[in-house]
Amino acid sequence: MVTHLPDPRIVLDPGDIARALTRIAHEILERNKGADDLVLLGLHTRGVPLAHRIADRIQSVEGAAVAVGELDVTMYRDDLRKQPTRRAHKTVLPAGGIDDKVVVLVDDVLFSGRTIRAALDALADLGRPSAVRLAVLVDRGHRELPIRADHVGKNLPSARSERVSVRLSESDELDEVTIS
Amino acid sequence: MKHLLSINDVSPAQIQEIFETAADMHDVQKREVKKLPALRGRTVINMFFEDSTRTRSSFEIAGKWLSADVINISAKGSSASKGESLRDTVLTVCAMGVDGLVIRHPASGAAQQVSEWVDAVVINAGDGMHEHPTQALLDAYTLQRRLGTLEGKHVAIIGDLTHSRVFRSNVLCLTKLGAHVTVVAPPTLMPSGIGPWSKEAGFATSYDIDDVLPDADAVMMLRVQKERMSGGYFPSAREYTVGYGLTRDRLRLLKPDAPICHPGPMNRGLEIAADAADAAQSAVLEQVSSGLAVRMAVLYHLLAGEES
Repeated sequence: MVTHLPDPRIVLDPGDIARALTRIAHEILERNKGADDLVLLGLHTRGVPLAHRIADRIQSVEGAAVAVGELDVTMYRDDLRKQPTRRAHKTVLPAGGIDDKVVVLVDDVLFSGRTIRAALDALADLGRPSAVRLAVLVDRGHRELPIRADHVGKNLPSARSERVSVRLSESDELDEVTIS
Repeated sequence: MKHLLSINDVSPAQIQEIFETAADMHDVQKREVKKLPALRGRTVINMFFEDSTRTRSSFEIAGKWLSADVINISAKGSSASKGESLRDTVLTVCAMGVDGLVIRHPASGAAQQVSEWVDAVVINAGDGMHEHPTQALLDAYTLQRRLGTLEGKHVAIIGDLTHSRVFRSNVLCLTKLGAHVTVVAPPTLMPSGIGPWSKEAGFATSYDIDDVLPDADAVMMLRVQKERMSGGYFPSAREYTVGYGLTRDRLRLLKPDAPICHPGPMNRGLEIAADAADAAQSAVLEQVSSGLAVRMAVLYHLLAGEES
């Protein structure tokens, strides 16, 4: 017998995503009092395009380019031994590095907080930022660690069993956040 | 894939997966903090029953950079020199709760045999005249980075084929990745039975190095393994060099951008002239740094995930 899952419900459409990212960009600038010493680090995989989009918005507001990088946390995960071997991705830091910079980690969904825990460990091996902040497109709750986001696109109350999917045009043809 | 005993254990897709991870690992070598926590709490033993500098230190550093605890055991200075059998040595070590066993042994098939005795993951770091899979992986990785792809490329492997596990693993690996391979050796160092094998595996053989070099996209020189030679395979070192060495004159026959590989240690002046070893197109040192990245990738793939 085939069980039919309920159809995914769209919670953010392309316009919502664009507005949320614009607001996050402004919040980051306000909090940081400008774009100086700012580094946006996207977490693989969907955090990377989001970091670039936020950087583009900051540039259009401030006129100055913001350093963007990519952070892969695969090797730092606490569930490596519980799953088949995961494929690692590249970590790319901007030319100026992250020492004494304000690093904003960018990810698509904040859930258990374990990915962010891994990211903080990875950062410690890469340098010493003056501050680390966290921006996420969706915060769906159910934290398992004392971690919270500084900038949130949308708070999305969800059941633990529900599935939140973020699709971005860079990798998935369209912009959309769904829950099912 | 539980163990890495032979290149036959890995599919082309798995090889590319290892290469992709290796490319990420390459960046770690440039970092100030060369440490990833992926193998924290895992123990890897390097058991070397044969001399080695680069393979052993490469595996040791690879394990340490991935945060595994790495212990080295060599035949000299271990109970093996008191006459303990390989099986007893291996079982003793594994009774201590080891997760990975990197083994080099002068007997062909030793790694395979060991893998049947223990639960730990076994990685073959060279077994007699049989195979040396991580060497083949790092050679292919180096060439793929240099040439873009191995598909359709012509690779010449030249030298002491009879005693070479590097050649056996490389032929399997390179043909798997779509390269055309020609192996060149004097008749005395051409393995017996290579005819049927070359037909089955799809590679060519030749006795004429000067005929093969101009067409090669990459050339791999093999070490003349004096320690494995009991009889006279060639009249004199000089004669070997004249017939089959990559000399300064032969360097001119090569395409100017064709990478020159050598698994090391090199007998400079015998199978490879200093001019070739140090030429701009030489990939010898690149092989060493690639070797570290590839071994990190192999350890990660075999030891990081859940037990299969």
